[in-house]
Amino acid sequence: MEISRHWRLRKQRYGLMGEICPHCEAKLFPPRDICPECGGEAKTLYQFSGKGEVYSYTTIYEPPAGYEENAPYTVALVKLDEGPIVTAQLTDLGEEQVQIGTPVEMVTRRLRQDGDERGMIIYGYKFRPVGLGPH
Amino acid sequence: MRQIAIIGIGQSPVTENWDQSIREIAGEAIIAALHDAGLTSADGIFIGNMLSGQLSKQENLGALVADWVGLRGQDAVKVEAACGSGAAALRLGIMAVGSGELESAIVAGVEKMTETKGAETTSALATAADADYEVIQGVTFVGLNALVMQRYLHEYGWRHTDFAPFSINAHANALHNPAARLHEMITEQDYQRARMIAEPINLLDASPIGDGAAAVVIVPLEDVRRKFPSQAGLKRRNIRISGSASATDYLAVHSRKDPLWLAAAERSTRQAYAQAGITPADVDFFELHDAFSIMAALSLEACGFAERGQAPRLGLDGEITIHGSIPIATRGGLKARGHPVGATGIYQIVEAVQQLRGEAGATQIENAQIGMAQNIGGSGATIITHILEADRVN
Ligand SMILES: [Zn+2]
Repeated sequence: MEISRHWRLRKQRYGLMGEICPHCEAKLFPPRDICPECGGEAKTLYQFSGKGEVYSYTTIYEPPAGYEENAPYTVALVKLDEGPIVTAQLTDLGEEQVQIGTPVEMVTRRLRQDGDERGMIIYGYKFRPVGLGPH
Repeated sequence: MRQIAIIGIGQSPVTENWDQSIREIAGEAIIAALHDAGLTSADGIFIGNMLSGQLSKQENLGALVADWVGLRGQDAVKVEAACGSGAAALRLGIMAVGSGELESAIVAGVEKMTETKGAETTSALATAADADYEVIQGVTFVGLNALVMQRYLHEYGWRHTDFAPFSINAHANALHNPAARLHEMITEQDYQRARMIAEPINLLDASPIGDGAAAVVIVPLEDVRRKFPSQAGLKRRNIRISGSASATDYLAVHSRKDPLWLAAAERSTRQAYAQAGITPADVDFFELHDAFSIMAALSLEACGFAERGQAPRLGLDGEITIHGSIPIATRGGLKARGHPVGATGIYQIVEAVQQLRGEAGATQIENAQIGMAQNIGGSGATIITHILEADRVN
């Protein structure tokens, strides 16, 4: 994949940087140019806390190309404390059984490694259950 | 806009087709549809397709297919809206012929999916979702539907096995459709024991991919008897498209206010009902987009056939079978006819025409007058609804 495509999203991938609408104060992640709540233009950056809870989850047994080495893995819809829902892998699960409502926090992890000769490694956000220390 | 009639249908069986290329599969369905219409040409060709660029390394399908079927020179173009590409192509055809820009059109859907490795096909299908914010996380298209289904089970208290009737019904109907990919009955026990793909979605919740093409020929309704004497000779019922509407929603599941509600289905269906002047109670059968059993449930709810969170009840009560109040997947649906993604929307139309002509054999619905078909692109981002009506034979 193209390097610039991932570099462009570094604030979102590494820092969960979204936006706050200057008109209605809706908090948006991922960022978008037009606020879906009020239709106004939204370009003011807003730092999300990275805290949230599991809204839904699934285990992927048949991964797409580039994700085979970690399969099976868990993907969730995480409802952030500030409101928006994000799609993200859950990590550092250990023996813990994920449930809807499990509190989670953002961590930075390797998302995938491209198989081409450049071997680019892409990092980004995943979420882990709250209460676990760093591994 | 002029009213539109469908005067020809054609389809190739949905299979793992190693003998034919994408142009040959498309050509087979188109030539069959022209024969059925008693024509040898049409002014325009609209090809619904999602994956030819990725999986066959072939774009410019409009010209490719026109060339192959001997219609070089005609206006021809590919239309893409992920798994909704077929219905999107039909809508463009309707607008072209309805407006008077063209006097006739062939609308075909074609897909070639079985030549590539599983992970490659899975990645290609995932391009219907948000590449930067969904797919990068390793979620597959099945995975997105699994996230929706898990939440649905949690919120409304259904058990996974309550979805079994959707798959059982589809398989039972496909048994009588020679063009279907799967010809095997399944039981509730089979459903419960099927291999897990993305919890809670197992193999029998999911539609199989396949290679296939389907085609229809459309003309202005007013021309059917005047210009196409072969149609009058057939003493066939005229099939009229009385509703056609498309709507969009947030591309990503996570952006939707309510990820369990297909807002674009509600919106496009409401428009199509208004155009046709009908209500859900008037619909005799519904060819819905059951790519996954959860999608069948969400569609029934958004289109007004069940209360929110209650669609599994329709299945458990037998209302979705050909003898029920709202038969679905009457020729097998995506689940068992198969889901050659960009072709699916036209298979649905071909099947609806079979029902309305009375050509549906063992799964014929008695006195079918009004049929609805709904094709979904992505996890609910593009939803296109068509309503077809049969005129009485005169
Ligand atoms: Zn706003």
